[in-house]
Amino acid sequence: MKKKELTFIIGIVVFALILWGGMYLVRQGHYGSIRITVDGEEYGTYSLSKDQVISIGDTNVCEIKNGEVKMIEADCPDHLCLKQKAVDSTGGTIVCLPNKVVIEGEKGSGSDETSPEFDTVV
Amino acid sequence: MNQKKIANLGLFAAVAIIFGYVESLIPFFAGIPGMKLGLANLAVLFILEKYTWKEAALVSAVRIVVIGFMFGNLFSILYSLAGAALSLTVMTLMKKKSGFSILGISVAGGVSHNIGQLIIASLITMTSGLIYYAPALLISGVITGLLIGTLTSEVLKRIRF
Repeated sequence: MKKKELTFIIGIVVFALILWGGMYLVRQGHYGSIRITVDGEEYGTYSLSKDQVISIGDTNVCEIKNGEVKMIEADCPDHLCLKQKAVDSTGGTIVCLPNKVVIEGEKGSGSDETSPEFDTVV
Repeated sequence: MNQKKIANLGLFAAVAIIFGYVESLIPFFAGIPGMKLGLANLAVLFILEKYTWKEAALVSAVRIVVIGFMFGNLFSILYSLAGAALSLTVMTLMKKKSGFSILGISVAGGVSHNIGQLIIASLITMTSGLIYYAPALLISGVITGLLIGTLTSEVLKRIRF
């Protein structure tokens, strides 16, 4: 490998790490609810502290349980959204690309109720 | 196009399609949508090295449409086309201007492929939240690019064409 190639590769990795660090700082905080959007339009906001099963249109179904949300059903062929990491109080995103469904963690609201962070304090 | 070239391009299109199928069997998924090995890029890189970007684009397009109709859907074709178009453009420019070896070109291709797909995905879902996947996709582009680049250069050494 030539030297400039190595510089190029290290440059990308460093850029990615800086980007990751910056996003980590921006995303920090307590996420009490989730927002579901379909095709860029808001479908609804739901608190993470209330267990429920939400049907998103007639294409996807997600479930809020124990303070985290997971996609449990999707009618698309790849089913990648079912394998994505659950969105919990640390935030996150679940995307179903074929159906244009996005579940995003939202800061703030919902944390007034029973915040899971304080539940374990004795 | 002479007959030998037509036969070779057909052969590599077939190889790329088989790679696409093999890849769909490997459960290489780390919770990030769009992350994959990019085995098919091996065939495209090979063509790019032996012929020009035009032949590489042809093989790439044939592969994406065939794989899309067999295993995917219209959306996966769209994502793949966006990724492949950006990646091939970047790889062609890199090959001409930068003097990078096949390893560096492959890394540039892997990274730009992932960026292209991320942009299309953000446009289609109309959400900015997808940008959070960018760091992971950049890193995975580098790793898979190194892997595919190494494989391609080894294949180039061994195949008389």
